[in-house]
Amino acid sequence: MMVKVRIWGSLQKATDNKEFVEVEAENFKQLLDNLSLKYPKLKPQISRGVSVAIDGLIYKNSWFTPIKPENEVVLMPYMVGG
Amino acid sequence: MSPLDNTYEKQFKVIGTRPPRPDGIEKVTGKAQYGADLYVPDMLYAKILRSPHPHAKIISIDTSEAEKLDGVKAVVTSKDFSKFSDNKPSDTLVNCIAHEKALYDGHCVAAVAALSNTIAKSALKLINVEYEILPHVTDVDEAMKTDSPIVNKGYVLENVPKGFSENVTSYYEFGHGDLDNGFNNADLIVERTFKTEAAHQGYIEPHACLASMTPDGKADLWCCTQGHYNVRALCADIMGMESSQLRVTPSEIGGGFGGKTTIFIEPIALALSLKSGKPVKLVMTRDEVFKATGPTVSSSMDVKIGMTKDGVITAGEANLRYQGGAFPNGTVEMGAQSAFAAYDLKAVRTKGWNVLTNRPKQAAYRAPGAPQAIYAVESVVDELCQKLNLDPLEIRIKNAAKKGTKSSYGPTFDDIGLIATLEAAKKHPHYLAPLEENQGRGLSCGFWFNFGGDTCVTLNVNFDGTIGVTEGNPDIGGSRASISQMAAEELGISYDKVRTIIADTNSLGHNEVTDGSRVTFAVGLATIKAARAAIKEMCKRVSLIWGIDEDAVRWENGSAIPAGPNAGQFDPMSIEEIAAMSSQTGGPIAGHHEVNAEGAGVSFGVHLADVEVDKETGSTKVLRYTVFQDAGKAIHPSYVEGQMQGGAVQGIGWALNEEYIYGEDGRLQNAGFLDYRIPVASDLPMIEPVILEIPNPGHPYGVRGVGETSIVPPLAAINNAVSRATNIRFSELPLSPPKVLSSLKKEINDG
Amino acid sequence: MSQVHIKTKINGDNIEFLCDPEETLLDILRDKLHLTGTKEGCGTGDCGACSITLDGKLVCSCLVLGAEADNSEISTIEGMSNGEKLHPLQQKFLDHAALQCGVCTPGILVAAKSLLEKNPDPTESEVRYWLAGNLCRCTGYDKIIKAVLDAAKEMRS
Ligand code: FES
Ligand code: FES
Repeated sequence: MMVKVRIWGSLQKATDNKEFVEVEAENFKQLLDNLSLKYPKLKPQISRGVSVAIDGLIYKNSWFTPIKPENEVVLMPYMVGG
Repeated sequence: MSPLDNTYEKQFKVIGTRPPRPDGIEKVTGKAQYGADLYVPDMLYAKILRSPHPHAKIISIDTSEAEKLDGVKAVVTSKDFSKFSDNKPSDTLVNCIAHEKALYDGHCVAAVAALSNTIAKSALKLINVEYEILPHVTDVDEAMKTDSPIVNKGYVLENVPKGFSENVTSYYEFGHGDLDNGFNNADLIVERTFKTEAAHQGYIEPHACLASMTPDGKADLWCCTQGHYNVRALCADIMGMESSQLRVTPSEIGGGFGGKTTIFIEPIALALSLKSGKPVKLVMTRDEVFKATGPTVSSSMDVKIGMTKDGVITAGEANLRYQGGAFPNGTVEMGAQSAFAAYDLKAVRTKGWNVLTNRPKQAAYRAPGAPQAIYAVESVVDELCQKLNLDPLEIRIKNAAKKGTKSSYGPTFDDIGLIATLEAAKKHPHYLAPLEENQGRGLSCGFWFNFGGDTCVTLNVNFDGTIGVTEGNPDIGGSRASISQMAAEELGISYDKVRTIIADTNSLGHNEVTDGSRVTFAVGLATIKAARAAIKEMCKRVSLIWGIDEDAVRWENGSAIPAGPNAGQFDPMSIEEIAAMSSQTGGPIAGHHEVNAEGAGVSFGVHLADVEVDKETGSTKVLRYTVFQDAGKAIHPSYVEGQMQGGAVQGIGWALNEEYIYGEDGRLQNAGFLDYRIPVASDLPMIEPVILEIPNPGHPYGVRGVGETSIVPPLAAINNAVSRATNIRFSELPLSPPKVLSSLKKEINDG
Repeated sequence: MSQVHIKTKINGDNIEFLCDPEETLLDILRDKLHLTGTKEGCGTGDCGACSITLDGKLVCSCLVLGAEADNSEISTIEGMSNGEKLHPLQQKFLDHAALQCGVCTPGILVAAKSLLEKNPDPTESEVRYWLAGNLCRCTGYDKIIKAVLDAAKEMRS
């Protein structure tokens, strides 16, 4: 199923300046894999780490977090805390 | 969303009470063992030689004289770490010991282990290091210029725009909407440049460890850390060891606040122990803590915000430049995402640049990156309100982020507690209390993401029906008490039947460091799940005894009871009875849970500060301070209050006095508590905490992390209060007396 | 240089030790006598974590030489409770959750005890100024001040 993903400002260089991209994905891992395939320029950032917000909740790295087409999906840099 | 079987609506028996902490008596009697408190037979004492130069090539290190000194058992330099010869040193290793270059004043270049501290100190003087001094840079704006000395090559990411020096290593941009249009719709635009200096976490316990390594590559390490699993991972990598061979046991920890989430001395102690064949204790001095462990970033920031006459924010823009020392870090992107998080904005853009300088590698400090950015934004919002003659609290409520707001960092907010927190502040008597001459009231919102992460908990049901909980996160503020409370609540037994301990690295799977306000949330969640697993097993045992279906046994108030068609047929069996028969019914009973806990839930806070500025000395006295924060659910309210008060006071210190001062020579001028002035008891009034409880749907009891948000608002709350008290808009922290005084004088001179 | 022979009474016990002339009393207490309840936060007299009383006077043990302690009476945190019975200050610190990490606690308790011996009925501001030499980074001092005031009240009654 296709999910719509929001890409943050400076990362849009890697998605042909598109704020929203669509990829086939049913979970976090497929999302990352297919983003890398479709937009290879995203790879360096993805390998450094990205988190994803699904309907407002932030997931740091759980691959098998399910994603549905109706979810709001936002890519975020990998989160660090203190 | 998450099938957590949330129970936060139910009546709690143990949650929300304030029982004594299990480690309390040890801590008030001096028995608790912190990082420096362990002594073992035949132990050596180690000391570190540090670079006096902010930037220098290391031509040679001659350790021969030191080695000859009576009582010296080992000397190490970067040559003793094979990762350097493999060409694979991690940033962490290079930060622990300099290789070809010293990158900041205080960078470790060599270390000695000897029979006593006195001998080790004398030996340091006999080490001869030849340096070639290189040009240095410690200021963030200077370091960005194309003609700046380059601190550390090879770190520039593909996303950095052209036009900067190689010290600019990463760039981030967030936001949405049409800024130009937004600013066009504004009646008033305020644009200002702000600066904050680096602040140190300032934990009272210096870093300390005791390492014992044998030639077959096995090692034991005892240290004060916020995350011993991370210590193991980092040290095993640096020493080329397998994780299983390195056992790390955390001591009691004397404060961390983010600064003990990484390592500084542990590999040095391991290398000295390997070389000497003896256990080695290494304890930092305070001077070393300031010079060579993480302070936070320093920043230079531009903020521009537009507002209509009636107080609607039409657009917001922030450019953040953070330096975090000689290595890259992930702080500026956190700042850029947090800057406008409290607002519901149609047009917002934030940009962030990470910059290298000849300073120690920054370490996380409570809500890393957020206090600086939010200080700048909240100061401009306050200035707009003042200039437009609007009530700053009403304006925050008017523009507050809420359910359905597209946040400044992208996602749409679900239920968040900001408006409720602001309303609580508005209703509080503090907000309308009268002020006198030279006094001012400041207000600020704060925000933090909060995290979960890898977590393991084992819960053992002992034969007498008491409970042992084993978790893997060092307790920095009473978490053993709150974990015990959650276990007791879930099991339906009393708090004193549960004892929670913190395991070494071999006893549980990986646990993420105690950071991101994660412990009560994530460890709590895993504890609840572990308790539920134990309950399931106990119900099963009882079903065998009663000869009924497993599903026909329910758990209530610490006992198994027959349910459904069997209700009333058997007498309830208490946890004590079940535990006593556990050998006969299948063996010891335990529950455990391993999870990467996600969905921590963001948190907001609002602070109110009243100050009085002495116009003759420029010094600021905090008269009254109130903290409003959403805790989701306060498990042990005293410790929640403690986090709110402690974070607020750290922020007050940062706003008023704390700063890293570098001289022209690139050396740190104030590496001690006398000159780096953290708040003392007589500086402060009582800090009133007001806890709100808006349950986090991601946790079974509704818990939200509370440890970090509280350091975010004080910077702007104090800045706004001082600015209103003096009628001068300040834009540089700290507001130390000389700085305030010179602005007051300038104001008088300018008429 | 040869070591100095020192005789002291620590928490009521006669204790003798040898020390280097430049060794601090704090290092002696910790490294030689393993009385590690007294903490080192700075070594320069700025944090109060090493507070002890020397002949009844509150001092930073990091600023006292071991050799200076000859023929003196020393009290440390280890001597504060009476067997199983906690000193009221210790109990009140627990009741008020006046410690988070607890590393400042021994020094603050020793300092607070010495205050209450001199001034059994201090005001909030007197407590704040007396404890101004004891840094606590975790708590913001609130619960500490409340615990001291409450202990004072109990000790008076
Ligand atoms: S260690 Fe003595 S005052 Fe800090
Ligand atoms: S409780 Fe941690 S320093 Fe006071």
